[in-house]
Amino acid sequence: MSEKNDSNLNPTPNLDALEEGPWPSFVTGFKDWIRKTGNTMARGALDQLNYSYETKMGYWKGGVVGVHGYGAGVISRYSMIPEKFPEAAEFHTMRVQPAPGLHYSTKALREVLDVWEKHGSGLLSMHGQTGNLQLQGIAQGNVQQCFDELNALGWDLGGAGATVRTGASCVGPARCESACYDTLGVHHQVLSYFTDLVHRPQLPYKAKFKFSGCPNDCSNSIQRSDYAVIGTWRDDIQVDKEAMERFIQKKGVDYLVNNVITRCPTNALSLRGNEMVINNADCVRCMHCINVMPEALSPGKERGITLLVGGKGHLKVGNMLGSVMVPFMKMESQEDIDGLIDLVDRMIDWWSENGLDHERIGECIERVGMQQFLDAVGLEANVDMVAHPRDNPFFKASYDHDPLAGIGNAA
Amino acid sequence: MAQNTTTAPKRSYQTVESGPRAPEAFLHPVSRKNYGQWKYHERPRPGVLKHVAHSGDVLYTVRAGTHRQVTVDIVRHLCDLADQYADGHLRWTIRNNVEFMTPNWNNVEPLIRALEESGHPVGGTGNSVGAIAHTQGWLHCDIPATDASGVVKSMMDELYDEYVNERMPNRVRLSTSCCEINCGGQADLAVVVQHTRPPRINHAILSDVCEMPSTVARCPVAAIRPTTVNGKPSLMVVEEKCIFCGACFGACPAMEINHPEYSKMAIWVGGKNSNARSKPANMKLVCHGLPNNPPRWPEVTQVVRNILDAYKRGGRDWERLGEWIDRIGWKRFFKETGLPFDTYMIDNYRHARTSLNMSAHIRF
Repeated sequence: MSEKNDSNLNPTPNLDALEEGPWPSFVTGFKDWIRKTGNTMARGALDQLNYSYETKMGYWKGGVVGVHGYGAGVISRYSMIPEKFPEAAEFHTMRVQPAPGLHYSTKALREVLDVWEKHGSGLLSMHGQTGNLQLQGIAQGNVQQCFDELNALGWDLGGAGATVRTGASCVGPARCESACYDTLGVHHQVLSYFTDLVHRPQLPYKAKFKFSGCPNDCSNSIQRSDYAVIGTWRDDIQVDKEAMERFIQKKGVDYLVNNVITRCPTNALSLRGNEMVINNADCVRCMHCINVMPEALSPGKERGITLLVGGKGHLKVGNMLGSVMVPFMKMESQEDIDGLIDLVDRMIDWWSENGLDHERIGECIERVGMQQFLDAVGLEANVDMVAHPRDNPFFKASYDHDPLAGIGNAA
Repeated sequence: MAQNTTTAPKRSYQTVESGPRAPEAFLHPVSRKNYGQWKYHERPRPGVLKHVAHSGDVLYTVRAGTHRQVTVDIVRHLCDLADQYADGHLRWTIRNNVEFMTPNWNNVEPLIRALEESGHPVGGTGNSVGAIAHTQGWLHCDIPATDASGVVKSMMDELYDEYVNERMPNRVRLSTSCCEINCGGQADLAVVVQHTRPPRINHAILSDVCEMPSTVARCPVAAIRPTTVNGKPSLMVVEEKCIFCGACFGACPAMEINHPEYSKMAIWVGGKNSNARSKPANMKLVCHGLPNNPPRWPEVTQVVRNILDAYKRGGRDWERLGEWIDRIGWKRFFKETGLPFDTYMIDNYRHARTSLNMSAHIRF
């Protein structure tokens, strides 16, 4: 520390302990930046953070800051104690939508950094939990010019509040052998279609999309999104026999039995001699065996997506996982993608009509009723939607429903 | 259109509502060439992936930890490394790791050295403890009871060796959250703020800053009622009903839920996002009432360490933390970790009955 020129810094005794230890220190990063540039807003934010560490309270409040024509995308932050930290009186965030999969060229990323150094604090978060590139710390007076320059470079703002939010996707076909559809391309098309709903709050609450290429669900879509688009396949797992033999040779039959066969959740795998046999009719596409043997096994050839709806975080009814609405949909042609967009559009319409303030679509379906939801969006009931049929007798079937239609059509 | 009629200069720039950036141009050329044509992958060492395409092309990925809260200069430095070793491309994972891709194995070791020299640990792959998904906290959020970046820095200092090695039974995903919204998300192990008192109501400002009907409606247990205080309309909280969730604070800053002593830290385990083997699962409460103790949160870090050590000792290959508990049972989990099970870990909220043991299955 002694050789560094600290003339641009105020003392931060409550934060300095976070400069120790092997993990990268954001405090050191911030200090280096302030030392070099003397950026006063960054210094104000660091000073207020130091004060929060002393009092164990936060000191930011929201307000309304935006760009021309949009109602979302800028998160306003005003210090509650500007008399103490005048340099942090304003510290607004601009949420910028990155490319799906968070891929960048250094050229495009440097362009963002240059604009941000000119107009903002120089601090940023890569990335927000929803998937935004977050430029943190700008004064209201600079927001429009900063946005215009970013927008001219091809960047747009993400969602905030009661909007469709910025999407997230896994690395997908860009690098992963398990990607069963084009996560990046479908993400790009779906979010582009809903751009108006991203920029202008007009929904009951937030609506999130996440796109995972396979059931490993690396974008955490079932837990974290209202619309979870997950790659899957409906034919047989592909087997590379030679690679399978090499795997068994290398790892041994014990490993095959203890870590692959007996870990299959539906006992779809068995040992015959020294070979592993797959009963694809029992497979639920969990990915485990493929994860253990990526060279020998891969998803089938007839690929598409499963759509789950209604996932959300804790507040207020407790965490909800998304549940299956469409077990399989092809996702190859433009028509396939348009079909997905059209279906989700109907779901968002229904929710807009029926949702209460601050109610996510999963909560809304639970309150209003799954049957009503399915009827409204035009989805047929499907046994893949349930873990098991209902276990209570209290329902009211429509009088013209024929429960015995189709009986006796066993395969 | 009647817009701003004041003296603001006329705006000439026309916004293009372009939405997310198109990904194609941002992909590494080898990635673009083999898009959707990958055959398999291996992990040559912790922090490095090797993907092989059907074409025979090979792409190495080097993954490194970041501060997440970064600066223009830190990201420029990562861009410099990408220009030098990864053909001008880089990406981030959803857990704030940065990734560099190169078809050239000879770039891998020098890139690792350059990353480590600038303080970025290389790891986070396979059976490691990955980087922690987290949010803003005191640095930027308007409703936090703690600081995410500091908690994460403190925990990752402690777990550093598990990030740069692959020694756990299976991957470990962590998250932290600064309020009960839980923006950090579900994880194998999560640190989440737990409020232990109802909100203190700032009657002096409430009617000026809050829309009262929507604040009343925000409460999941109907504990908020209109009242009059000193002749001014305000709100009251029925303490017997309040579940200290903090939902009202998001609607109304006068419902002051955060408290320097009474906002505590809780530990949750067994969340699972993947469908591999068992279905995705929510995480469960195993420890609460830990102090919110900046700048290093030693009590929290200690409990996290104990849990992960027990899992590391007892977990079998491929068992995620929650699957390990499914096998050994909650009774042994509490014994192995030395954590006390208490009455508040029995659910009494919605669908509580589904979490009760409705069987004679008991481990002795």
